[in-house]
Amino acid sequence: MAEREERRFAQVSRESVALMAESAGVELGEEMAAVLAEDVCYRLREAAQSCSQFMKHAKRKKLTVEDFNRALRWSNVEAVCGYGAQDALPFRSGKEGELFFVDDREINLIELALATNIPKGCAETMVRVNVAYLDGKGGVELQGAVPTAVQSLSDDLLKYYQQITRAILGDDPHLMKVKSVSHDLEQLNRLLHMVRSLVQNPYLYLGSYVRSLVSSVMYCILEPLAASINPLNDHWTLRDYAALLLSNIFWTHGDLVSGLYHQILLSLQKVLSDPVRPLCSHYGAVVGLHALGWKAVEKVLFPHLPAYWANLQAVLDDYSVSNAQVKADGHKVYGAILVAVERLLKMKALSLSHPGEWCFNAQTGSLAAAVGYSSPGLSPPPESLSEAAFGIASHLQAGSGGCPWEEWAPVSLPAMYLELYSFFGDSLAVRFSTGPGLDSPPYCPSALLREPKKEALGQGSNSDTARKMPQLTANLSISPRRDGSPRTDPPPPSLAAAGPGRSLPRSSSAQRSRYSSSRSAQRLTGLPRDVFPKARFASPQNGPPTFSFVIGGRQMGQRCQGRRPFQTVFAPTPPPAAVPPRAYAHKLPVIGRVGKPVRRWTCSHYSLLLPL
Amino acid sequence: MAAVQGGMVDEKEEVDIKTEPQSDGLMNTNATDGRQLSPSPSSSSSAGSTKSAAGAPEDQQTLLAVLQFLRKNKLTESVEILRREAGLPEDALDTKGADCSAPSSGGTAGGVDGLDAGSLLSRVAVSSSAGTPAPTKAVADDQPDVSVVLSAYSQQGDPALYKVYYSDLKKFIESVLDCHRAELSQVFYPLFVHMYLELVYNNHESEAKAFFEKFSGDQECYYEDDLRVLSSLTKKEHMRGNETLLDFRTSKFVLRISRDSYQLLKRHLQERQNNQIWNIIQEHLYIDIFDGMPRSKSQIDAMSGSLAGEAKREANKAKVYYGLLKEPEIEVPLDDEDEEAENEEGKPKKKKPKKDSMGSKSKKQDPNAPLQNRIPLPELKDSDKLDKIMYMKESTKRIRLGRENLPSICFYTFLNAYQGLTAVDFTDDSSLIAGGFADSTVRVWSVTPKKLRKVKSAADLNLIDKESDDVLERIMDEKTASESKILYGHSGPVYGISFSPDRNYLLSCSEDGTVRLWSLLTFTCLVGYKGHNYPVWDTQFSPYGYYFVSGGHDRVARLWATDHYQPLRIFAGHLADVTCTRFHPNSNYVVTGSSDRTIRLWDVLTGNCVRIFTGHKGPIHTLAFSPNGKFLASGATDGRVLLWDIGHGLMVSELKGHTDTVYALRFSRDGEILASGSMDNTVRLWDAAKAFDDLETDDFTAATGHIHLQDNSQELLLGTYMSKSTPVVHLHFTRRNLLLAAGSYAA
Repeated sequence: MAEREERRFAQVSRESVALMAESAGVELGEEMAAVLAEDVCYRLREAAQSCSQFMKHAKRKKLTVEDFNRALRWSNVEAVCGYGAQDALPFRSGKEGELFFVDDREINLIELALATNIPKGCAETMVRVNVAYLDGKGGVELQGAVPTAVQSLSDDLLKYYQQITRAILGDDPHLMKVKSVSHDLEQLNRLLHMVRSLVQNPYLYLGSYVRSLVSSVMYCILEPLAASINPLNDHWTLRDYAALLLSNIFWTHGDLVSGLYHQILLSLQKVLSDPVRPLCSHYGAVVGLHALGWKAVEKVLFPHLPAYWANLQAVLDDYSVSNAQVKADGHKVYGAILVAVERLLKMKALSLSHPGEWCFNAQTGSLAAAVGYSSPGLSPPPESLSEAAFGIASHLQAGSGGCPWEEWAPVSLPAMYLELYSFFGDSLAVRFSTGPGLDSPPYCPSALLREPKKEALGQGSNSDTARKMPQLTANLSISPRRDGSPRTDPPPPSLAAAGPGRSLPRSSSAQRSRYSSSRSAQRLTGLPRDVFPKARFASPQNGPPTFSFVIGGRQMGQRCQGRRPFQTVFAPTPPPAAVPPRAYAHKLPVIGRVGKPVRRWTCSHYSLLLPL
Repeated sequence: MAAVQGGMVDEKEEVDIKTEPQSDGLMNTNATDGRQLSPSPSSSSSAGSTKSAAGAPEDQQTLLAVLQFLRKNKLTESVEILRREAGLPEDALDTKGADCSAPSSGGTAGGVDGLDAGSLLSRVAVSSSAGTPAPTKAVADDQPDVSVVLSAYSQQGDPALYKVYYSDLKKFIESVLDCHRAELSQVFYPLFVHMYLELVYNNHESEAKAFFEKFSGDQECYYEDDLRVLSSLTKKEHMRGNETLLDFRTSKFVLRISRDSYQLLKRHLQERQNNQIWNIIQEHLYIDIFDGMPRSKSQIDAMSGSLAGEAKREANKAKVYYGLLKEPEIEVPLDDEDEEAENEEGKPKKKKPKKDSMGSKSKKQDPNAPLQNRIPLPELKDSDKLDKIMYMKESTKRIRLGRENLPSICFYTFLNAYQGLTAVDFTDDSSLIAGGFADSTVRVWSVTPKKLRKVKSAADLNLIDKESDDVLERIMDEKTASESKILYGHSGPVYGISFSPDRNYLLSCSEDGTVRLWSLLTFTCLVGYKGHNYPVWDTQFSPYGYYFVSGGHDRVARLWATDHYQPLRIFAGHLADVTCTRFHPNSNYVVTGSSDRTIRLWDVLTGNCVRIFTGHKGPIHTLAFSPNGKFLASGATDGRVLLWDIGHGLMVSELKGHTDTVYALRFSRDGEILASGSMDNTVRLWDAAKAFDDLETDDFTAATGHIHLQDNSQELLLGTYMSKSTPVVHLHFTRRNLLLAAGSYAA
C-alpha cells in the first residue's frame, strides 16, 4: 500500500544516490543512501510544487526549466545550469535497460562558427490591434468567412443561421469554416449531418452557398485527417457518409452545382493520381467518384486504374509489420475500387441494354439502392443514395453538354471488363457472375429480356441461377452481362463458361478441405456447394485448379443484411502467358497474405475476414 | 522556499511539544527519553524483529501483552502455560524485554520495564472498557520500544488507532440524519489533515501513509491540490520547511455548523470517549456555531474550499464604507453638461432612475461612503482636472451596455513575445499600453498616433522659454519619439504593472522582490521599493494616485506611498501567497486574493482585515471592483468567477463557464457588464446588472451569512468570444465602453 502511494511521484532510487555519492568521492552506507534518496525525492516534489507557482504567474501552461530554477533559487539551492531551452526537451528512453536521457544533439561548432547564413534576430515584440468582435447580436466575428454572407440575411434566416452554427459548433459560433472545425471526427460528423439537413430542407433556397457546402463535404471526403492516424477512429464512415452526401447534393441541387461537377471530378482525380497522399484520401476519392455515379467512375477512375493499381499493389504486397496499418488501409481502398468498378460494369451494361434509361428509372433506382447498400460502410438510408446515384448519372447526361468531357471516348463494355478483370481477377468476376437469386425473380426476366446477346449464354446464366451466392440479390439483374462480353475473348481460364461438370467437384472438394471455417458461414446462406461459382467456369483444358476465397464482411452468416461477404476466386498458378490481361490477377492472393500462392494455400484454411 | 514566519512558527511548535507531555506526569520522562534514544544501535537492531511482529496477527500481540502482564505480576507458571499453549518461543518475551530495558537507565531495567508495561496495560484496560478493540495494537506496535509508543500515546494517541477513530466518526456521520450529514461532513477534511500531520509529526511514517491511503479518497475533490502536497510529506523534517502546512497546523480551521449538528457530534464523541478527535476539534478547529437550520450540501460547498475553512461570521461583521467619494466640483468650461459632469459615474443621458441602483452618486454624500478625508488623498493638479474634464466629455459619448447591447471587443495581440508576456495594463484613457515580460523588461506602447517622447535633458531644458504657453510641449524631445519604449531595471520576470491615474508613472513588480516606479516622462526608473524580499506577484496604483499596494510570495500585502521607501501598512493574514491586489474605487480599502483560496478586504486606514471571502477552490488570480464599489468579482484557477457583495460580506453569484484559469476581470464603466478573460482563450461577458438585481430581491439574511445560489450561470452569460490562440491576460473598458482585451499569441 505504502509502496503504491510512493510510486505516484518521481523517485530517485537509493542506487542513484549511492552512485552520485561515489562519483563525488563519498562512500555512503546503504541506509544512509536510502534516507538521502527519500529526502531528495521530497525536496524534488517540493521544488516542483513551488515552481508551478512561477508558471501560473507567468500565465503559461507549460512549466519551463526557468521556473524550476527560480524555485530552486528561492529555496537557496543551486540552479541547474545548461537546460534553458524554450521548448520541451525530448526525453527518451534507451533501448536497453531502463535508461532515460535527454536527447542532446551534437552540434558542430566549427560549422556553426563558420556558417554564413547568420540567423536574423527574432522580430521585435509588438502589439497589433484588431477589432475582434463588433457588437450587436451576439457579436459576429469580422475575420471569419461567414459574416459577409450573414449580414444580408433576413431575421428569420439569421436565426436559422445561429441555430445551425450552434448545432454544429456547440458554443463557438464563429468557427464556421470547416477547417477550423479541424480534425475532430465527432464535430465533422455533426457538420455533415447538418449539411444534410440543410440540403434536404425544402424551404431553404441555398443558392450559391451550395458550393461552399460542397467544399466542406469534399473536405470530409478527401482530407487526410489527423484522426485517421489512429486506426481506432472510424474516419471511413465519415468519408462514406460525406460521399453519400455529395451525391445527395448533386441529386437534389443539380441545377445549382452543375459547374462544380467537372471541378470536383478534377480534384478527385488529382487526389487519386497523387501517390503522396495517404491511402485514406485515395479512399475518399474513390468513394467520392462512386458517389458521383458510374459515369464518373468510368471517366476518372477507370482510365486511371492501371497507374494506380501499381501503387496499391505495392502497398498490399508489403508484409512488414510496420506496413500493417497502411496495408489495412490499402485493402479499404481496394474494396472501394472494387465496389465502384463493379457498379460501373453493371450500370454500363444496363445502359447499353436500355438506351432509354429513363423508363427503368424506378426499377434501377431500387437496384441502385441495393448496390449502394452493399458498398462498404454506407450506413445511411439507401433510398437517398439510389436517388442520388441516378440523379447524378442523369444529370451528367443532361448537362454534360457544357462539360469538356466530350473528348473522352467511352470504352466498350467488353474491353472495360477485360481490363478490369485483369486487375481484380476473379474477385470481380465472381461478383459479376452472381446468378439471379431466388429472392429476386422480378428482375431476372426483365434483365434477360433486355439482353439479346444474353441468349447464347442464357444457359450458363440459368445454371447460375441455381447458385445461391451470399451476394446481394440486386446484383442478379445484371448478372447475365458478365457472361456476355468477356466470353468472346481468349478465355481467361477461370472465366470460361464451359464444362462445369468436371471442375465443380474438384473445387468443392478443395473447398471442403480448405475452407471448412468459411463453409460454416456459407452454409447459412443456403447452398454451400455453389458458393464458389467461379470454379464452375474453370476451363478444363487450362488445368490449373482455381481456388476461391471468401472475403467476408462482418455480418457473414447472416442473410442478406448489411454487408455481404463477397467472394474472390483465385487461380493460384499464373495462367499461361498467352493471357496477358491476367498480368495482375495472380497477385491477388496477396489478400490471402500468402506470397507464394500454391504452397501456402494449404495453410490458409481460414476464410479471410477483411472487415470492409 | 523558506517562510518568513517560519522561525516563529517553529518555536511555537516546540512549545507545544514541551507543554503537552507534562500533563502526563510520570510517563513523559520516559517518553522523551525514548524518543531521543530510539535511534541508538540497540533499538535499531531490534527494528527488524519489530517489523515482523507488527505484521503478525493481532492475537499474538495480545498474547504478548498478556504474557508481559503475567510476568510483571510474577505469575511465572501461568506464563509458562500460556507460552506453551500459544506456541510462542521461549525467548519471545525475554529478548523484547531486554531490548526494552536497554534504552532505560542501568540496573533498574526490570522496574522501569514493569512500570511501562503496567501503565500501558492499565490504559489498555481503560480503553477496552470504552469499547474500542484497538488498544491491543498499541502493544503490538514497537513492543521493544515501549517508550516511543508511550510518548506517542501520551501526546497524540496511538497511531494505529487513528484509522479506527476516523472510520468510527465516519460511520457515525454517515448514519446521522441527512440534514446534519452535510454539515458534519465538513469536519472530515480538517480532521483528516490534522490526524495525518500528527502522525507525521510523531514519526509514524507508515501509519501516516496507511491512514492517508485509506481516507484521502473520501475528501472533497477541491482539496485535491492540498492532498497532493500532503501526501508528499511523510517526515517531520519535511514539515519544517513547508510553511503552508505549518500554518494549517497552527491556525484554526473554521467550520460553520448549526447548533443541532454540533450537539450531535459532541454527544457522539463524548459517548465514544473519542478523545483523540475531540482534542483535535478543540485545538485545531474553530467551530462557528449558529442557530437555525443546518445548511445544505450545496450551500456548504459554495463557501468551502479555502485553506483555512470558511470565514468566521464575525470576520465579516465590520462596517465597510463601500460608497464612492464625492468628486470634487470642477468648473467645466463646456456646454450644459455640468450636471452630469460633476459626478464620476455621470450618465450621458439623463436616465436618473437607474442611476442610483447602480451607485452613481448624486450630490449628497452617500451614506455608505467613507468620509472624504478618511485617508489623506493627494490634491488635484491642474492636469488632473483637465483629465477629469476629458473623462466627462468622453463619458457623454459612452455606449450604454446591457443584455441587448453588448460591447465590441478589440484585441491587442502581442506578437513575437517569445520572452513571455506576464502582465499588461492600459491607462484609464486607453492611450498607452504596457506589457511586463518574463525577460525582466517592461515595454510601453502608445496606442494612439501620438508617439512616446522623453523629456529633454537638463541642459536643453534650461534653454527653453518657461513662460511660453506650450511649455509642456517644448520640454519634450522630439528626437526620442517612438511608438514604444523599453524599461530595463528588473532582474526577474515582471508579474504586475500598473499605470498611475495621471499617466506619468508606471509601477512594475517582479520576481526579484522589488516594486519599481518608472517615470513615463523620462522613461527611467525613479524608485525601487524593497520590502517583500520574495517575488512580488501583483501591484496596483490607487485610483487617486500616490498610494499603491503590492502583494507577494511572503504572504503579505503592503501599502506604499510613492514618496516613502517603506510600506505604510502591512496586511498580514493570508496563509499563502498574495497573488493579486486591487484598490477599492474609493481608495479606502484594498482587496487581496491569495493562493490560500481566500479573498481578504483590508481597511487602508486601520490595516485591519474587514472581510474574508471563501468559496474559490483554487488560487485567486484576478479581482475587480464594480464601479459603484458595492461588489467585487474574483477569478481563480478553478475557472469560476464569483461575485461578492462587500457590504453584506456574501457571495452573490457564481459564474461558471471558463475552462481554465481566469486571469482578467473588468466591469464595464457603468457596471452593467462583467467581462472575464481566461487562459482558455476566451472572453466571456456576463450580465452583472442582472446578477446584482436578482440579489436585491433575494431574502437572505446577512446575519446567518447563508447563501442560496441558484445556478444561473448560463442565464447570466451573455457571450463567449474566442481568440484564435491567445490567452486573455488583461481586459479594459475604454471610457466609451469599448472592451479592450490583451494577450500574447501562443504559437
